Amino acid sequence: MAEAATVARRPRRRGRARRAPSRYVLRAIVAAYLLLLVAWPVSLVAKNAFADGLTDLRAILEDPDVMHALGLTVRVAVVAVVVNTVFGVGMSILLVRYEFPGKRLLSALVDLPLSVSPIVVGLALVLVYGGRDGWFGPALEDAGFQVIFATPGIVLATVFVALPLVIREVVPVLEEVGVEQEQAAHSLGAGALATFRRITLPTIRWAVVYGVVLSLARSLGEFGAVKVVSGNVLGQTRTATLVVEEKYLNFDKGGAYATAFLLALVSVACITVVSIIRPRTSEETTP
Amino acid sequence: MTATTVARGRSVRSRRPARAGGLTLASGLGLGVAMLWFSLLVLLPLAAVVATATEGGWDAFWRAVSSEQTAAAIRLTVGTAVLVTAVNVVMGTLIAWVLVRDDFVGKRALEVLIDIPFALPTIVAGLVLLSLYGPGSPLGVDVANTRGAVFLAFLFVTLPFVVRTVQPVLAELDREVEEAAASLGAGRFTIFRRITLPALAPAIAAGAALSFARAVSEYGSLVLLSGNLPLETEVTSVRILSSIENDNLAGAAAVATVLLAISLAVIVAIDVLQRRVTRRG
Repeated sequence: MAEAATVARRPRRRGRARRAPSRYVLRAIVAAYLLLLVAWPVSLVAKNAFADGLTDLRAILEDPDVMHALGLTVRVAVVAVVVNTVFGVGMSILLVRYEFPGKRLLSALVDLPLSVSPIVVGLALVLVYGGRDGWFGPALEDAGFQVIFATPGIVLATVFVALPLVIREVVPVLEEVGVEQEQAAHSLGAGALATFRRITLPTIRWAVVYGVVLSLARSLGEFGAVKVVSGNVLGQTRTATLVVEEKYLNFDKGGAYATAFLLALVSVACITVVSIIRPRTSEETTP
Repeated sequence: MTATTVARGRSVRSRRPARAGGLTLASGLGLGVAMLWFSLLVLLPLAAVVATATEGGWDAFWRAVSSEQTAAAIRLTVGTAVLVTAVNVVMGTLIAWVLVRDDFVGKRALEVLIDIPFALPTIVAGLVLLSLYGPGSPLGVDVANTRGAVFLAFLFVTLPFVVRTVQPVLAELDREVEEAAASLGAGRFTIFRRITLPALAPAIAAGAALSFARAVSEYGSLVLLSGNLPLETEVTSVRILSSIENDNLAGAAAVATVLLAISLAVIVAIDVLQRRVTRRG
């Protein structure tokens, strides 16, 4: 039935396209806009990174400080993604499946980290966890736990900025599938954990993967918040994005472009993976 | 136990399975842990910003926000963000239209391009733009260290928002109404203005709000691109950072509170708009 409708509509659509040259004008405007704003500039980074062949790339890969920064960035991103996935899936289930006072406020507040400036995020964390005069900082420091200007601060900042990404993917899917299957499983005697593992998790699987990939890209690339909380100590708390800035400002443009190329490569790979996953999920959910 | 009984009773009465139940012991515990984490990570730190900003009283707050350099930074940021949002409303809707209604080779590639600004690290975004629109530009356009650079950087980082909010609404839109209008003799422009645009308006507005919020809070892409010249190309986030680096946390918190107020206003606006969208649908 649905197939017949698309078959019937297709020749009509093609007929209209032939009659409307404006369609080609719009197509050309969009293509030109995206070429000038995104495609061309991004491709230039690859070109600049390989301006001297593989020299720049090899130089940064052999620089122990850069390698330390890349390692730190990956470690922080992995921790942040794990934390945000657990929190995000749990929070999504709470927001969709349960009723409690203040739910609407919480659901709006959860989105807040996406629209807060990374510099404000850094400042906020310093004001609470700063070792000198933060709210909790001095007490934590007395207990031998330094947050700001150390790795825990970088992790907190990264978790903060990527917080809503998993939730934003999972909530719509949970809302759409409804509770019938879960209730059926429950009535057949499945416990809460079994219902989650056998029913809920498979349905939100792709949304979680999508959210994880987006969170990973966001976490690897965080710059402003990390810059405020990390202290940017060479070989200790300097992350990959801070290396890009540092190298560029110190006139090592080759090194800056090579590091930027590595970061861009990962984020473009993330986006491509997501765009391959995306249509499959829509096919799965549309009956 | 009581919660489930109440929920079951309600679902029987409404003859539809309840969409959301009350809290059980386990989910209540989960909510508690989640709220504790969310408060420690997000709510308390943001509250600390507002508390620090208002510590010195209204006068100190106002002095920090209205100093010449800060006021210029806020004006530049908000003004450019408004301009960029206007461009995004037009171009974002156009891009969404082409992606949904048109079909051509390379459409998938365009889809990927739209998301790149969202995933690309902001410092890399600055470097990317600098390589085409900076010194030695292959196009002969050099906007580095000018206000044009701020505009360009905002335009790049906010690209996905309007497109991604309008696209699903446009895809769901019932084409029969448009076909009916066409059969009644309405021109393409009339159909767009009278039928498509009103249906898309809430989504466009939500996307515009997101893109405005993103532009106002932008930092990373400007570091290498705009030169951060005081009174000229310095945006609000850079202003806050230089206050932090000068150990003037109270001043930084005051300016940050202005940005937070804008973020909150945007969140509220989107929430209201989304309720309108769901009511329509």
